[in-house]
Amino acid sequence: MAQRTTLKVNGGTKAVEVEAGTPLLYALHDEIGLNAPHFGCGLGQCGACTVHIDGKPVRSCITPTSAAAGKEITTLAGLGTAGKPHPVQKAYVDEQVPQCGYCVSGWIMTAAAFLKETKNPSDEQIREALAGLKCRCGTHLAIIRAIKRAAKDMAQGSVA
Amino acid sequence: MNAPLNTNGLSRRALLQAAGALIVSAAPLGQAVAAPAGKPALHPTELDSWIAIGKDGQITAYFGKIDMGQGVDVAIAQIVGEELDLPAEKIQLVMGDTFLTCNQGGVSGSTGVQSGGIALRNAAAEARRLLMERAAERLGAPVEKLEAWDGVVSVTGVPSKTLTYAQLVGDGYFNTKLEWNGQYGNALVAKGRAKVKSPDKYRVVGKSVARFDVPEKVYGTLSYVTDFKLPGMLHARIVRPPVAGAAPVSVDEASIKSIPGAQVVRKGELVAVLAPKEWDAVRAARQLKVVWSEAKPALPEQWTLYGHIRSAPASHTEKPADVGDVNAAFGVAADAHYSGQALLVEAEYEWPFQAHASMGPACAVADVKPGSATVWTGSQKPHAVAQGGAKLLKREPGAVRAISMVGPGSYGRNDCGDAAMEALLLSSLVGKPVRVQGMRHDGTGWDPKGPASVHYARASISVSGDILVHEFESRGFSRIEVDNNEGDPSDTLAGQLTDFPKTPAFAFGVPEDGYAIPARRNRWETIHGFLPKANPLRGSHLRDPVGPQVHFASESFIDELAYAVDTDPIELRLRHLKAPRDIAVIKAAAKLADWKPGGPGSRRGKRGEILTGRGFAFSRRGATLVAVVSDVEVDPATGRVWCRKFHVAHDCGLVVNPQGLRQCIEGNVVQGTSRALFEEVMFDTKNVTSVDWNSYPILDIRDAPESVEIVLLDHPEIPASGAGEPSIRPIAAAIANAIYDATGARLRRAPFTPERVKEAIAQSKVAPIRA
Ligand code: FES
Ligand code: FES
Repeated sequence: MAQRTTLKVNGGTKAVEVEAGTPLLYALHDEIGLNAPHFGCGLGQCGACTVHIDGKPVRSCITPTSAAAGKEITTLAGLGTAGKPHPVQKAYVDEQVPQCGYCVSGWIMTAAAFLKETKNPSDEQIREALAGLKCRCGTHLAIIRAIKRAAKDMAQGSVA
Repeated sequence: MNAPLNTNGLSRRALLQAAGALIVSAAPLGQAVAAPAGKPALHPTELDSWIAIGKDGQITAYFGKIDMGQGVDVAIAQIVGEELDLPAEKIQLVMGDTFLTCNQGGVSGSTGVQSGGIALRNAAAEARRLLMERAAERLGAPVEKLEAWDGVVSVTGVPSKTLTYAQLVGDGYFNTKLEWNGQYGNALVAKGRAKVKSPDKYRVVGKSVARFDVPEKVYGTLSYVTDFKLPGMLHARIVRPPVAGAAPVSVDEASIKSIPGAQVVRKGELVAVLAPKEWDAVRAARQLKVVWSEAKPALPEQWTLYGHIRSAPASHTEKPADVGDVNAAFGVAADAHYSGQALLVEAEYEWPFQAHASMGPACAVADVKPGSATVWTGSQKPHAVAQGGAKLLKREPGAVRAISMVGPGSYGRNDCGDAAMEALLLSSLVGKPVRVQGMRHDGTGWDPKGPASVHYARASISVSGDILVHEFESRGFSRIEVDNNEGDPSDTLAGQLTDFPKTPAFAFGVPEDGYAIPARRNRWETIHGFLPKANPLRGSHLRDPVGPQVHFASESFIDELAYAVDTDPIELRLRHLKAPRDIAVIKAAAKLADWKPGGPGSRRGKRGEILTGRGFAFSRRGATLVAVVSDVEVDPATGRVWCRKFHVAHDCGLVVNPQGLRQCIEGNVVQGTSRALFEEVMFDTKNVTSVDWNSYPILDIRDAPESVEIVLLDHPEIPASGAGEPSIRPIAAAIANAIYDATGARLRRAPFTPERVKEAIAQSKVAPIRA
């Protein structure tokens, strides 16, 4: 049975009609038409579908839409824009990180939440915080560079 | 003169974007560009098929290959910009649409810049020549007195006398023929009367230019092929058999009756479910009850794989191209062994099946109507998709339009070609637009595989370090069990399961290294795949395409030879190389890494309980040369290997975009490390059992190297020779050689998992590899 659910996404509200149990990913991608998150595995193993719910990174492919109702959902496009980028996004562009870029929601959304908690993280802490996320193109070194750059920018307050 | 203007108010860019074409450009969106009315028909001999100049001065280049996130598009824009005297950012590159670009073969063999750039470079040079001719006439000055930058032509010393490219051509057409070599694909060359610029005049090529696609990917605004939608589109999932080779006997359509709008479509042995909502298609695929035929399990037990590869009858034996008299040389060598002047060394190496396992399973959207057919695909080779699609639908060549969109990663012939054919077939059957996307188990379990192989090497080396005779054999599954493109439906699952039986095709490979050895034999042999059709372990091109396995073996073996006679492995290589560029790239890597020459184990160290060591490997790929030093840390208690550092020297001739090239090499090194340490497709007798990221692990960020130092050897006088793949080639050998240095254990089977490393260390203590 399709149910009407109201979602708060990137500062706006959207009503979607989805079958009970439909993962949030499908509501965001197909019903609302957001380009990222992406479907990578549908199993919670890769991170390509990561969004924030109330500021915490979750894997939308295994999160029921109903569990997100009424909460603040933020996707990659809601985290920041070209005009007003999140520091991690800005650093991602500066470091020219992505190749295919299909994985970026996982890394950027996870890193953004991590940097809120951890100022000036060590390499070790960054690796631990991002463990389990996948990038098939092998951009891991650039990802670490970008996160360190973002951490520095945030510490210096050069970007909001 | 110029063709009449025909601006219909709609920007061409907007039109193209609506159609989903892959466009990259730093130019602002939404500008009015002429509609292509009056444009000469697309053909390699038409200059207008390569370069267009809008009334607003927008320069568009039509590229018949595409970029897969490695910045090929940027390099091409630089090449075009160079010839036309424009910054690369001013070029709008249209690529990947088979109705708008000539067939340059798609992404293939790291040729994007190497051969993809040639036709466009020539075309851009010819366009500039014509522009200058027209300008000379209108400005009343000889061509030699003209200069151009950023679309403005001026008379040297008379700054007031200028004309823009737009004023000279704007929205008109060149209507000029190029000479064409009659070839399509990588071999396509077209050429006008103009001479291309000499590299010493370059001001655009050779500079780092930021990628065009990065911001859209980072801000979540880019439409991937997975994001493309058409009105009335149905979502499809393919339902594959649990036992490879089983065919559907009956399908219980009632089993998905509860799902809104869900339907089953069958054709030949292909079973698909379709629904208006994607999640419903996913549910339907899970819920559908299918009775499959009793197929005899076709795969061997996994542990017998290498025995099978060694003993199965050959499907093809490639005649070896010998240097010198190899048999006689081994005869002579035998005497030298008895007299203690030479050593005979032999070894075998094994490489598993590996999956593309792209970040997302392949996706395609097709809209097939009676008079038209279009497919939006993440394939590297849209022209092949168009050709294969026309055959699949039994329509005229050219009847299918394929449009490339960015997909979830591609490193060769992955599952994109399969998805494209499935989407076309299903759309033609249901008469509606259809979007197909795989589930994770499709992307890992059913994608074409990098073929498994065994490599045998034997050589005699004098105690003074001269390799007297060398023999190398590759034996494995064919790397073209399905071809490297989907230009024929028989190379795709949809084709094989319907009306297109596959004619077997065989290819493997041997080392490319340039060692001068007086007697040398390289040969390869393939064996048949396990199933004649819809084989989940079908071999195809996975980045390089068999370079990692071949050079894991050949470059490990060179190390074994060096240590057999107590020689530094770099010194042994240099002693057998003659070409100055080979020598230079090796010396550059050694210098970058501060390599200390010495025999076996001389570079090993300890960090607490952790053993450290370094290894070296070198390979050629065509004209591109890569030398790499790998530093590893091995935990003997757990067997974990951490490839802490790499030092890479890279020579691909002319460097077009240094920053882009560095990122591309870094990705290759990391992916190469992943394949060397972690990746192995697992299977049981019924089917592939590597179906997700747990059963097909790849490198995790905790295992990522600390640093990859790169030195680029730039040769502006030598044409760019490709960089998409060559640097993955020597990685596994460099790591294996480093593990040996650290532990004294020689890894001859990939991947170097903790269990294998532990076992090899234990073995090496029982029976040292050399006394
Ligand atoms: S798609 Fe959600 S974790 Fe992979
Ligand atoms: S950039 Fe392609 S998977 Fe990460």
